[in-house]
Amino acid sequence: MAVERLLPSEEAYDLLALTRDICAERLAPRAAADEAAERFPRDVFTLLGQSGLLSLPFAEEYGGGDQPYEVYLQMLEEIAGAWMSIGVGVSVHSLSSYAVSTHGTAQQRKDLLPDMLGGSQLGAYCLSEPQAGSDVSGIRTKAVRDGDAYLVNGVKAWISHGGHADFYLLFARTSDDAKRGLSTFHVPADLAGLSFGPPEKKMGLTASSTTQVIFEDVRVPADRLLGAEGDGMRVALSALDSGRLGIAACAVGLGQAALDVAVRYAGERQQFGQPIGEFQGLQFLLADMAAAVESARATYLHAARLRDAGRAFSRAASIAKLVATDAAMKVTTDAVQVLGGYGYTREFPVERYMREAKVTQIFEGTNQIQRMVIARDLLRRVTAEA
Amino acid sequence: MNIVVCVKYVPDATGDRRFNDADHTVDRVGVDGLLSELDEYAVEEALKIVEASDGSEGEVTVLTVGPEQAADAIRKSLQMGAHKGVHVLDDAIHGSDAAATSLLLAEAIKKVGAESAWDLVICGMASTDGSMSVVPAMLAERLGVAQVTFGSEISVTGDMVSIRRDGDTATETVEASTPLVLSVTDQSNEPRYPSFKGIMAAKKKPVETWSLADLGVPAEQVGLAAAWTKVDASAARPPREAGTIVTDEGDGAARLVEFLAGQKFI
Repeated sequence: MAVERLLPSEEAYDLLALTRDICAERLAPRAAADEAAERFPRDVFTLLGQSGLLSLPFAEEYGGGDQPYEVYLQMLEEIAGAWMSIGVGVSVHSLSSYAVSTHGTAQQRKDLLPDMLGGSQLGAYCLSEPQAGSDVSGIRTKAVRDGDAYLVNGVKAWISHGGHADFYLLFARTSDDAKRGLSTFHVPADLAGLSFGPPEKKMGLTASSTTQVIFEDVRVPADRLLGAEGDGMRVALSALDSGRLGIAACAVGLGQAALDVAVRYAGERQQFGQPIGEFQGLQFLLADMAAAVESARATYLHAARLRDAGRAFSRAASIAKLVATDAAMKVTTDAVQVLGGYGYTREFPVERYMREAKVTQIFEGTNQIQRMVIARDLLRRVTAEA
Repeated sequence: MNIVVCVKYVPDATGDRRFNDADHTVDRVGVDGLLSELDEYAVEEALKIVEASDGSEGEVTVLTVGPEQAADAIRKSLQMGAHKGVHVLDDAIHGSDAAATSLLLAEAIKKVGAESAWDLVICGMASTDGSMSVVPAMLAERLGVAQVTFGSEISVTGDMVSIRRDGDTATETVEASTPLVLSVTDQSNEPRYPSFKGIMAAKKKPVETWSLADLGVPAEQVGLAAAWTKVDASAARPPREAGTIVTDEGDGAARLVEFLAGQKFI
């Protein structure tokens, strides 16, 4: 069932229509098979890039679409509803491109962005390390200036698109300074010394590879430094809120997909001589699922509109990420319940949706971290007023 | 090479399609519609031909006859890359049959040609609603030019067009010189998706809306009253009956055979 959307322009409606066409014709039909085979769908990113769908929130002069975040996120929601691995992949790719767009020099932007936004250069975001997850300050990967390059050594963990990306957006330590110790680099995938761990055996998002990215004496040319040395934390933090909104939108798409399957099934499945949807017990379940999905959508859209208006949106982004991913977990679990025994089998997509939902509560800042962000923001205001 | 592509706005085949109660024509207003999928192949073929003839100037004009919403079919074609659009729109057109539609298209194509000469008219192999496949032939007759229908592979050299036609028992390749009316099948190419750039560019492309008066076609020659055929009655297909579910109580195979034999499948 197509979601009713209020969009800010005629071209946004056309964009969403294009997105739905591509999702229905090119993504949805192969999602289950590629997930089961753990096959990375690189060609889908090429298609999305050629259609301009990787470019929406970026500036026109670098091949971007100059679209507001509320339009970009609704497109992302549609993609994630058709195929969660691709939705998350687009969010990761956008995050990687975002750092170049916001902190690159004019030359770097001109050289790098058009291919990223056009889909020929797929990105991966290398922030986490085995010992540094939520606590970014624990990053140990080192980049040491050596002539016209930086010599990079270390291990990055949980890297989406590991082994498949064309460039790695790397956060590495250039000094021990607590606040300005991190720097950001654009690392082409073909540099010597770059290697990848085996793909993690994950619960879901199995078509998307997640690996360690291992740097052994990798010489990263100095002109690949984004921003100044020591700007890394600022780059990471500035992308954080936008990335959270991306995951919120993906989670809503996933929840909507589960709801759609559940509603269709409840209308068809007969028990005791009538569709199970006629039973109030099922109706209440479906109604709660719809309420969760739609309120989550409203929440991320509010945060996006704050962002588009140039207002502070950090707390709203954390609330959206928390609400949308918890909703996705609940709604996908309930969808399995609606489908009963069939829902528990791999013949139907809802058990996959449920497995895919779980990680959204974990990555891009765990939901415990989101609560910390929200609470700190609330209390800072009280302290400021006191 | 200048190409005119005739496209049709049709009810979405995945939606709920129906006839009007009053005159048994296809309901085009109360349902979701779109550019006929089979016409996307015609648009794609035209774009490919124009793009392949690099250097030489060439334009693709999309032409549709239909109600106000039919502008969506033009817009989608422009988003794919066509250069300009013509929409023949007039209340009197409602209920026109294939003969009247071909008259309107022919007159509109002549009017397009009066501004800049065209070399090719490309149509889809059929509409996804009427499925008659007669308009290209009628159009060629009215324009007084050659017609080659159901082309599966097209190549253009100068003013010669080579067309492969796949039949049930044989494949033939025919050559024709322009001007020519051509229809292409769903095997001829893979229609492109519009791109974001295409969507933005389409907003600035010219679309002209012509009435019967603009084309010099009298109202008596088109519409339901002028149609050569008339639908007397229509009824919705009855809903599918629920299937029979047999619970296997040890006699499943026998009951399956019984069912298949009863339906004369075995």
